[in-house]
Amino acid sequence: MSNVFVSYNNIVSALGFTSQTVVQNIQNEKSGLERIHDTSVLPDPFYSALIDSEILEKEFQKLQPKLAFTRLEKMMLTSLNLVISESKIDINERVGLIISTTKGNIDALDSGNPFPAERSYLHALGNTIRDFFNFKNDAIIVSNACVSGILAVAIAKRYISQNIYDHVFVVGGDVISQFILSGFNSFQALSDEPCKPYDANRTGINIGEVAAAVLVTKDVNYLASESVEILGESSCNDANHISGPSRTGEGLYRSIESALKQAKVKPSEIDYISAHGTATPFNDEMEAIAFNRSGLEHVPLNSLKGYLGHTLGASGLLETIVGMHSLHNNTLYASKGFETLGVSLPLNIIKSTKKNKSLHRFLKTASGFGGCNTAVIFKKLSN
Amino acid sequence: MTSNYYITSYCQIKNQQISLNGNVVFQDESEVFSDFIKNAYKAEETKYPKFFKMDNLSKLAFLAADILLKNENLDTEIQNNIAVVFSNNAASLDTDRMHQEAIQDKSNYFPSPAVFVYTLPNICIGEISIRYKLFSENSFFIFERFNAEHLVTYATSLLDSDKANQVLCGWVNFDNNQYEAFLYLVSKNGTAAHTKEHITTLYNT
Repeated sequence: MSNVFVSYNNIVSALGFTSQTVVQNIQNEKSGLERIHDTSVLPDPFYSALIDSEILEKEFQKLQPKLAFTRLEKMMLTSLNLVISESKIDINERVGLIISTTKGNIDALDSGNPFPAERSYLHALGNTIRDFFNFKNDAIIVSNACVSGILAVAIAKRYISQNIYDHVFVVGGDVISQFILSGFNSFQALSDEPCKPYDANRTGINIGEVAAAVLVTKDVNYLASESVEILGESSCNDANHISGPSRTGEGLYRSIESALKQAKVKPSEIDYISAHGTATPFNDEMEAIAFNRSGLEHVPLNSLKGYLGHTLGASGLLETIVGMHSLHNNTLYASKGFETLGVSLPLNIIKSTKKNKSLHRFLKTASGFGGCNTAVIFKKLSN
Repeated sequence: MTSNYYITSYCQIKNQQISLNGNVVFQDESEVFSDFIKNAYKAEETKYPKFFKMDNLSKLAFLAADILLKNENLDTEIQNNIAVVFSNNAASLDTDRMHQEAIQDKSNYFPSPAVFVYTLPNICIGEISIRYKLFSENSFFIFERFNAEHLVTYATSLLDSDKANQVLCGWVNFDNNQYEAFLYLVSKNGTAAHTKEHITTLYNT
């Protein structure tokens, strides 16, 4: 079975429209989160990291679109376009397309939205992206709550390992909408200040918006300098509760153990954990329990939610990209918003951005509604 | 196309009828889904009160999975490594529309967490995982129409890599009071070949 890599990548976000710009801003500990008071979206003020509509429009027009596209489609097409053109891959029958999203164009259900409600079908989004770039295969759409982005990377690897595709483009995204914010607000999960993952004074989630895209390939002729190999991946369910994290971290613990086993890597060989860290009391506590059960409590760890918020279907993909650059730059980025440990077990949270002699492997995790969890282990290329 | 794996059972719910391995086990005159599924729940002696909190998609997926897995006589004291791989056309749009209705009118604004939690298609997998203690691989995919090829590829990948011993696969769709469930169990031993052609034949019967 051939090795599979994550290669060319892009992030469209409040912190920039290329991975390099976003990573540079994170290195400078700059957050994209800001206070927003827009009663058309939510009655109360909230914190979010919104993509600048004017810049998005300007970047998207470079693609010379001939039809009308939704905000999410503009974000995803802009992001994916950069990855396709950088990789210089000819889109033939051996090239797959995977889309990760939780809600897609759900804002089209709103009676005030200019697009027809039919646009909210996720396969319509899939067809739009397929047709824009002339993909020869239908899009595979993954909608598995907040693990969708990282699970999509695992699925791309599995398709390549099954010899269905040689290359897979993965694009993930969700937009800020009244639909999503009103729902999280009804759960009383939203914080009214910038989120503080793992901190003693954390008060909940900020929802952000991002589109991110990567190339997953087995062909070493198509590797970007920051490419990583996918060593092991797993996605396990808590079998406990549909909206509350497991008290024992069961599904996350099992996901990590299974990914370590497949990767043939010991916990001591993990140099960095890019965790989920939504900054809700129960999620962060659950993660601390799972990481301790796996003997990973000493490994430097961050949550990137303090930079761009929780970006739902994009988050796992976005955080994988930042993790790749973290290894490439041999730099551990600060877990923004963290001051004092606020979970019941020890964790090695990265307090300030620092250079490290050499980083080789990182673990990316995510957890979501429905009791789903995913863990993937990545390794930097040797030269 | 050859395969090392086998389809050991399948369950269908559509047109006011439920069948298991091709045999009708329940049918009903109710044209409204909520009546039909409640009658089916009773007739099948499902005995799982959480069922009544579920949204339509979860009720449909849960009952199909329960009828299929009950027949497997699983020992739930031991852990059954059965992965769950579902797909559909409409994701959770049926419940999404309910949440949208609750927020559309500012003078009548009442979003509910009990509804919002079901605005994700994979919640139905969570419900089945809780019932059968499945700590296993799970994923929900969206396709315009039933995609046997994809399901075969993904189930084969999970079995080849020993991520699962069995895979509960299929299609569960609920949209505008139209419902359809087709679930099947893929195992390492059996007689009916796990191929795209065979799955398509079962789906179309």
